[in-house]
Amino acid sequence: MELLRFFTAGNVDDGKSTLIGRLLFESDSISTDIIETLTRQSKLKNANQSLDLALLTDGLRAEREQGITIDVAYKYFSTKSRKFIIADTPGHIQYTRNMFTGASNTSLAIILIDARYGITEQTKRHSIIASILNIPNILVCVNKMDLVEFSETIFNTIKSDYQSFSKILELDNVSFIPTSALLGDNITKLSTNMTWYKDKPLLNFLETVNIHPQNKNENPRFQVQYIIRPQTKELPDYRGFAGKVLSGNFHCGQEVEILPSNQKTTIDKIEFNQQEIPNASSGSSVIFHLKDDIDITRGSTIVPIDQLPKTSKEFSAIICWMDSSEFITGQKIIVQHNCNRVLGIIKEIQYKIDIHTYDKIPSNGKIKLNDICKVIIKTAQPISYDSYAENKNTGAFILINENTNLTIAAGTLD
Amino acid sequence: MNNKQYDYLDDLESEAIYILREVAGQFERPALLFSGGKDSICLVHLALKAFKPGKFPFPLVHIDTGHNFEETISYRDNLSKNINEELIVRKVEDTIIKKKLQDGTGKFPSRNNLQTYTLLDTIEEFEFDACIGGARRDEEKARAKERIFSVRDEFGQWDPKMQRPELWNIFNGKIHKGENVRVFPISNWTELDVWNYIKRENIELPSIYFAHDRECILTEQGQLMNTNKFVKIDPSDKMVIKKVRYRTVGDMTCTAAIESKASNVDEIIDELIKTTISERGATRMDDRMSEAAMEDRKKNGYF
Repeated sequence: MELLRFFTAGNVDDGKSTLIGRLLFESDSISTDIIETLTRQSKLKNANQSLDLALLTDGLRAEREQGITIDVAYKYFSTKSRKFIIADTPGHIQYTRNMFTGASNTSLAIILIDARYGITEQTKRHSIIASILNIPNILVCVNKMDLVEFSETIFNTIKSDYQSFSKILELDNVSFIPTSALLGDNITKLSTNMTWYKDKPLLNFLETVNIHPQNKNENPRFQVQYIIRPQTKELPDYRGFAGKVLSGNFHCGQEVEILPSNQKTTIDKIEFNQQEIPNASSGSSVIFHLKDDIDITRGSTIVPIDQLPKTSKEFSAIICWMDSSEFITGQKIIVQHNCNRVLGIIKEIQYKIDIHTYDKIPSNGKIKLNDICKVIIKTAQPISYDSYAENKNTGAFILINENTNLTIAAGTLD
Repeated sequence: MNNKQYDYLDDLESEAIYILREVAGQFERPALLFSGGKDSICLVHLALKAFKPGKFPFPLVHIDTGHNFEETISYRDNLSKNINEELIVRKVEDTIIKKKLQDGTGKFPSRNNLQTYTLLDTIEEFEFDACIGGARRDEEKARAKERIFSVRDEFGQWDPKMQRPELWNIFNGKIHKGENVRVFPISNWTELDVWNYIKRENIELPSIYFAHDRECILTEQGQLMNTNKFVKIDPSDKMVIKKVRYRTVGDMTCTAAIESKASNVDEIIDELIKTTISERGATRMDDRMSEAAMEDRKKNGYF
C-alpha cells in the first residue's frame, strides 16, 4: 500500500472543508458516533441543516465559532490501494504561513475554485505557493457546480483561464474535476448531473494519480542526527552515526565525503534494527559506520565522493516570512537545514514576489508576515545543500529567531 | 536498490524514528511518557529501533493515577526490566496529598484532570525539556491540529492559535528555560496503522486488549464499565458478564470495554476494519464532557 500526502487550499466559502468532509464521509471513514455529534452540532448552528460536513475539520473552538479554518488540520483515511494524509489548510491571506506549513510535506495540491466566481486572487496565491514549494501534482476542483446548473461551458472556461494563468508558474501536472462537494457529485462516483465529464471522480483520481518521484536529482545524501556510543564492556568502541537517508541510495563499501569538513572515508557497515544491511535507500532511518575515526558531529552531511552537493557560506533563497514581527536589518538568525543549525544573517533582499501576479517587486528593505522574498543569506559556517528545485529534501530550511526561538521563515534554496 | 516490497508502515516508522532522534539531538533532558497503552508501547519499540545498541537518551516516565489496570502495571514493570531502561513512576495519589487536591468524586471518580498536576510537577522535578507522547492526530479533533513538536509554556499550556509553523521534516525545538516541548512521533498514525504495525513487528501487549470474560456495569449510555474498588456499585446497577476487550487502556474508572470476540491481533484488525464507532467514542467517558473537552485539557497542560 502506498502513502499519498496532499493538501487542500481554498477560501472560507469555497467548500473546502465540506469537500474533505464529503471525501471522508463517502469513503466510510467517519464513525457513527462522530456523525451523531456532528449532526447535533449542525442543528445547533442551523436548525434546517441535517449534517454540516465542514464541522469535521474545524477542530478548534474558535474555528467552530467563527466558521473558518485557522490552522492546518490533519485528516487520515485509507482505501484498499492507498493511505491518505490530508493537510487541510486555511485559504485566507493572513494564513499564508499556515498554508505553507500544511503544503510543505505533500505531493499533491487540491485547489478549489468556486464555479460561480472562477479564478480569484486567492486561486492565484495558492497556485503560486504550490509552485514555489514545487508540488508535483495539482488538481483543480471546480466546486459548487450545482450552483451553475452543472454547466460544461463554465467548467471549460475556468479550465482554460487557469491554464493560461498558470503557464508562468511552470506547474508540472495539472488536472481538473468539476465537483459539488455539498451534493457529492464526482467525489466517489461520476456525477449523473454532469454526464459530459467522463474522466475520474475525485477519490479514484487520488487512488491512481502517479506519485512522481519527489526529486529530479536523487544523488545520495545522508545527514547525521545523533551519534550512538554505548561505551559498554561489550561495545567499547561502537560509534554509529544515526540519521536518515535524505535521497538516493547508499551501500557498504561506498567511498564517501563528510561535509562541510571535506574528509574522505568509506562506509564500513549500514545497520538497521541491530542488523547489518547491504544498502539503504531514500527515506530510511539507519545507522552508518565509517572505516576511519574522523570528526563528525550532528548536522554533518555524508555524500558519495563523486556526487557532491553545493557547500557554501552564502546562498540565495526564496523565503516566506512567518513571524508577526517584521524583519530587522542586520538581525542575527539561526538557519536550520534539516537538523543542522548555523548562525547567519539576511545579507540582502533582492526582490519581493507579488503573491497574486508572480511579479518581482523591488524591495523596500522590509519583510512582513506572509511576504515572499528572494534573499541572500550569509552564514557563519558553510552548509551543504542542493537546489530545492532539484532536491526538496536537501534544499529546504527554516529560519529561527535566536532571541524568541520562534520559526520566523521557511525557505527554498536556489 | 530496495528489494523489499514498499510498505507505507516503513514510511511511518522511519518518520517516527527520525523524530525520536531529533528529540535526542535537540534536548538535554527528554523523557518518554509511558502509559502502558498500545501507543506508548509502540513508542518504546520505535525507540529501540532508533537507539539500540545504545541506551535510550531518556527515561520512561509513568504518571500513575492509581486507577490503572493491574495488567498494565505488571506489563510496564516487565518491559522496563526486559529492555533494561530507566523507569520513573510518579503517583497522582501523592500529588493529591501534597497539594491537598480534591480527588475525583461521583460514581466513576476520574483522576484524568488530576494527572496534569502530577505531570507538571514531574516535569519540574526532573527539569524535563521534552516529553515524548503517543498521542495521534486521528484520535480527536483538537489533536488533529497539534504540531509534532508542540511547545508548552512554563505552565504547560498549549496555545493552539500561536503554534510554530512546522515545515517539511525540520523541527524547531528551541525553547527558553522553564518551557517544554511535547513531541508526538506517531502523530500521523491511525488506530489501524498502530495495529498493523503491532502485527508486523510482533509486539506483545497487555492481555486486556484481547477478548476475555469480565463482569461489567452496563451504563445508561450503553457503555460497559469495569467493576473495581473505585467504582460505587448501586443496587440499581445492571450487572452483566460479557466477553469484552479494551480498545484503549486508560483508567479503570473512565475507560469502557467493548464487546468483542477478538482474541488475537489478526481478529482485532478485522474487527477494526468493520467497526463504525471511533476509538475514543467507544471507550472514553472523559471526552464526552463537552465539544472542546480535549482542547481545554490540553490548554491546561495535559499531553
